[in-house]
Amino acid sequence: MTEPERRRTDRSPWNWLLLVPIVVPLLTFLYNHDEPRIAGFPLFYWLQFAFILLGVGTTTLVYQMTKRRRS
Amino acid sequence: MSEHLTEIIVFTALFLLVSGMGFVASRWRAPKDMAHLDEWGLGGRSFGGWITWFLVGGDLYTAYTFVAVPALIFGAGAAGFFAVPYTVIIYPLFFLILIRLWSVSHRHGFVTPADFVRTRFDSPTLALVIAITGIVATMPYIALQLIGIEAVLKTMGVTGESTLARHLPIIVAFAILAAYTYQSGLRAPALIAFVKDTLIYIVILVAIIYLPYKLGGWNAIFDAADAKFQASPAPNDGITLNANNQVQYFTLALGSALALFLYPHSITGVLASKNRDVIKRNMSALPAYSLLLGLIALLGYMAIASGVKPLPGAKPGTVDSNTVVPVLFDQQFPAWFTGVAFAAIGIGALVPAAIMSIAAANLFTRNIYKEYLRKDATHAQEANVAKITSLVVKIGAVACIVFLDPQFSIDLQLIGGVIILQTAPAVVIGLYTRWLHRGALIAGWAAGMALGFWMLWQIPNAATGRKHFGGSAFPLSEFGLDSTKTIYVGFVAVIVNALVAVIVTLALRAAKTPEGVDGTEADDYFADEGDERISQQRTTPVDNVSST
Repeated sequence: MTEPERRRTDRSPWNWLLLVPIVVPLLTFLYNHDEPRIAGFPLFYWLQFAFILLGVGTTTLVYQMTKRRRS
Repeated sequence: MSEHLTEIIVFTALFLLVSGMGFVASRWRAPKDMAHLDEWGLGGRSFGGWITWFLVGGDLYTAYTFVAVPALIFGAGAAGFFAVPYTVIIYPLFFLILIRLWSVSHRHGFVTPADFVRTRFDSPTLALVIAITGIVATMPYIALQLIGIEAVLKTMGVTGESTLARHLPIIVAFAILAAYTYQSGLRAPALIAFVKDTLIYIVILVAIIYLPYKLGGWNAIFDAADAKFQASPAPNDGITLNANNQVQYFTLALGSALALFLYPHSITGVLASKNRDVIKRNMSALPAYSLLLGLIALLGYMAIASGVKPLPGAKPGTVDSNTVVPVLFDQQFPAWFTGVAFAAIGIGALVPAAIMSIAAANLFTRNIYKEYLRKDATHAQEANVAKITSLVVKIGAVACIVFLDPQFSIDLQLIGGVIILQTAPAVVIGLYTRWLHRGALIAGWAAGMALGFWMLWQIPNAATGRKHFGGSAFPLSEFGLDSTKTIYVGFVAVIVNALVAVIVTLALRAAKTPEGVDGTEADDYFADEGDERISQQRTTPVDNVSST
């Protein structure tokens, strides 16, 4: 196989970070509890809402770090 | 009916407003020539960040979600909250995968995932399998949107005795929808999505501030729900999960996330965006909807706390749990605000229904009509066939609701999620490697489908007393395991699908079965806006591309 002249790629070590918001919300033992409650919300609910922020934070960071510089 | 007059007036006014927008949309950002599938079916592939956000969001979070997720929470508690982790893991999961699909589709002019598979694996048969799976999975999904509108109409008392009278409002609503989708294509839902989401955000923010205040705070709401589940004899309900449904919870979240982006309509939304950056940025902005979804889900508990009784179902003695949220709004809010909330749900059904019918029409046009019926179809003919197909698809969905038990559509949607997952190895793994053999992918698909159907067939529904297709939670004991745990059917089926694909690949390779020629090259997967497009003529790639 011949090498294309301009070789572009998606590869970046930053991408591994995306595993965090994929794996963490699947670990039910982390959040499957009623206590402690925050503002009346059992842990089960407020922690999973917090995972949304985790997802936003991680994807934003990876996006910024892997952004393609426009030539 | 008269007691709901204000609601009906507000609902109808907003509904007519967006219908007007739907027709005007054909002129919005439109080129001179709409007679091209890129224009009608993908909005000219020109949507920027904001439109994509509304379009993809409007597409994934449907009226049925707004009605069914709180209904699930109302009935089963924590198990229904899977919708939140599910929408958290989608975005990082697809951050990388979907931009590759966007790039290769941009370069080659693909309109559907089956187009990609056709070129990647050089197999019209595999593409046909993917296209039919997509169409079959989409039809009941559209029907579900109708169930969402019907729950609202029922609460407003817009219902009659005869079959026709009961369904007339839905038929009228869908006729209008069909007319403007026919005219404006993907631009119609894209424009209407702005209104839909604005309404939904307003309604939900008001609801989650006002209702807890009225019901004595979140503590009281969760305690009321807890008390209800403690008292109920059902084994798997509660405000947290128990030992038996945790595996189900996370496999359902993961499986649904994968399935969601494989649905043709989500891919349509993504392919309509103008460059890679738009998609990447959206993957970090779209979770705003997950927040919304989580809050909507909790309306189910608020309904418990305020003592909502769902309206009776179609058959005597049953209840229609889909009416939980509409009844809650009807009880707690002034009529004009309830009207706005109902309009939000109603319009919320139109946006995804339009995108879904367009996606199904694209699949039929590209992968059945052009592939098998008329190979030399022009762009104008393609666009025309797609427009007509989108009408047929919507008539089919309405017929599902009018002539079949709505419960049947819900069952079909359950099956739809499981079968759309079976396209994952070809589409998702195919974006990364061509190692899997085209024949093996078909074998894996068949194995996954067969196993998925068998498993769904085994699951009874305790609530309705039916023996089959009663849910997606498969008891592991059915596999002979000594366990009381359950697992999501689609998850098991897609793993078996992938395993079969690997084994058959090794076998076919040993037998030296031809693998076809890959029509894509490595660089295609990173193409961006401004890159030249390869001619859409289907030519065999030149010989110097290695085809081992």
